[in-house]
Amino acid sequence: MLEIKDLHASVEDKEILKGLNLHVKAGEVHAIMGPNGAGKSTLASIVAGKEEYEVTEGNILLDGEDIEELAAEERAHKGVFLSFQYPVEIPGVTVTNFMKTAINETRKAQGLEEMPAKDMLKKIREKSELLDIDRKFLSRSLNQGFSGGEKKRNEIFQMAMMEPKLAILDETDSGLDIDALRIVANGVNKLKSKDNAVIVITHYQRLLDHIVPDFVHVLYDGKIVKSGTKELALELEEKGYDWIKEEINA
Amino acid sequence: MELKEKLISSFLAFENTVDVDAPVHDIRSQAIKVFEEKGFPTKKEEAWKYTSLNAILKHDYSIFPKEENALEFKDVKKYFLYDLDTYKIVFIDGKYSSHLSETTHDKIDVCLMSSALSHEKYKSIIDNYFNKIAPEDGLTSLNTAFSKEGAYIYISKNKQADKPIQIIHFSTGKESTQLLQPRNLIVVEENSHVQIIERHQSLTANPVLTNSVTEIFVDKRAFVDFYKIQNDNENASLVDNTYIEQQAQSVASVHTFAFGGNVTRNNLNFYQKGEGIDSILNGVTIIEGKQHVDHNTLVHHTEPNCESHQDYKGIFDEKATGVFNGKIIVNKEAQKTNAFQSNNNILLSDKATINSKPQLEIFADDVKCSHGCTIGQLDEQALFYMRSRGIGEKEAKALLMYAFANNVLESVKIPQLKQRINKLIANKLGVNIGFDL
Repeated sequence: MLEIKDLHASVEDKEILKGLNLHVKAGEVHAIMGPNGAGKSTLASIVAGKEEYEVTEGNILLDGEDIEELAAEERAHKGVFLSFQYPVEIPGVTVTNFMKTAINETRKAQGLEEMPAKDMLKKIREKSELLDIDRKFLSRSLNQGFSGGEKKRNEIFQMAMMEPKLAILDETDSGLDIDALRIVANGVNKLKSKDNAVIVITHYQRLLDHIVPDFVHVLYDGKIVKSGTKELALELEEKGYDWIKEEINA
Repeated sequence: MELKEKLISSFLAFENTVDVDAPVHDIRSQAIKVFEEKGFPTKKEEAWKYTSLNAILKHDYSIFPKEENALEFKDVKKYFLYDLDTYKIVFIDGKYSSHLSETTHDKIDVCLMSSALSHEKYKSIIDNYFNKIAPEDGLTSLNTAFSKEGAYIYISKNKQADKPIQIIHFSTGKESTQLLQPRNLIVVEENSHVQIIERHQSLTANPVLTNSVTEIFVDKRAFVDFYKIQNDNENASLVDNTYIEQQAQSVASVHTFAFGGNVTRNNLNFYQKGEGIDSILNGVTIIEGKQHVDHNTLVHHTEPNCESHQDYKGIFDEKATGVFNGKIIVNKEAQKTNAFQSNNNILLSDKATINSKPQLEIFADDVKCSHGCTIGQLDEQALFYMRSRGIGEKEAKALLMYAFANNVLESVKIPQLKQRINKLIANKLGVNIGFDL
């Protein structure tokens, strides 16, 4: 589904990704771990289409199609979803109106009719229940005055609404207490199917107790330097990253 | 001949068309002298530092409408709030159009200044209110000198206007250039209530200059909501001089939606004359091209325990220029005044400019006054966030702009008007966002 080949990317002439390779197939969950500043959030933003990053070499293929030239909204229309590490506050636009616009814009781009209001409401109800979101919350301005945990839960609510093919969760666990973490993880697990894929970017093992990855990758200095199964995450949790740095530098 | 000289010499001709024995004519004669002395404002005056009238005063304006021009409702329907039952006072090239209007004398008076000035029945109101708060500056005096036609609205004690009133000024462009000087008088007595919507609309590309004066008297515990829609074409300029006097416990609000025109200058002045008054000044400006909009506001607090709230939002694209100059005066006696002012602006292009200037003159020591001004661009991070959810760049920008202007729209009390303003904004931004904020 997603194939990243020898990706080099920089921002303001500073190279952040230095030849990254990643292959994610439908139905898989991949975890990307790594120390601060390794390039994890950059990778997430680049796949989602943030323009301030410049891809200098390599390709990003979604279902075999190079998406590098596509705008962020076009990637979203093709099923890419990014759960933001720091969701943006948008005063004056309610959660509900934001989702209606997002879904109908996406449907329009896919050549579909707008979703009937009744279906939209039903879907909003279902998905907000899934994430244990209060109805009142939906008529508030997007992310404005939300706690850290509410913002993250709202991101996964949006993911549930958009039903993406490829979801990238950028440090969705940060700012969540254990109950919220369980709700969010449960939401993600319910959305998983053989046709979609999830990339979980995290510092810590604890989210991976709930969203169990098929593969774990270590991103260090702009490259994936080690890949393994879920046991690798446990090892990282226990030993930190220094042994990996030593292994590479040796 | 320069426009000023032309106007002064035209005053004699004007006198042939009005009753020179009426008391109001003394006011006119005095006003033309003041205009002769003061003339048009120039950029040398502090209050006109950022707005130049030079270019628009060069035209050889036709001063009097030469003929009565007719318009068919179907051709101008879109400029009306047609999905709402309203009274209508409509002028075409400065002349009253009975065909397009719907006036009343049933319980309230919604009619013409020309009849109010000439009928005995209205004499006491005219004597008591006409030109009582309009100051003697050049432009206002010019309007006073030629005051003859406009809207006259009188709501006596304990009455509620049963529907909103629309005042619409069309210019047809039959004259190659035209100066219009409507003069409106609105008197709302104790405990009464009225909503007014005003619009100026030019129908061709011929230059039009409107120098409008509106005096509004809001008596004790009365409510007035005034909405100004300024969405004219790029050859139409407007100087709107509005003066509002409020008595105790009254509430008056003015919303100004400035979406276009050549040069638009709003002189909006509130004079508070009692305790417990609330004055509300809201504005949304969205302009592009070389358009210029200047909001010059004054709130004068003279008595204790009053409030004023000013909230002006501006979005400027291309080479558009904006000015906000908000003056608040709090007299020594006006303790416990709450005066708020905010002016927030978004510049969408490097060539757009806004000059924002709060002026607070506070002589009382127990007051709450705040003012804030911001100038920024659209938030890139917010745009990326929205686009990553599948919302196109244009729509995302529009949504952010809607959100930016939203609290001003929220305070519009007529739902059909709110919807219309939403639609005007959507048209202006070239998007359809599919829901009303």
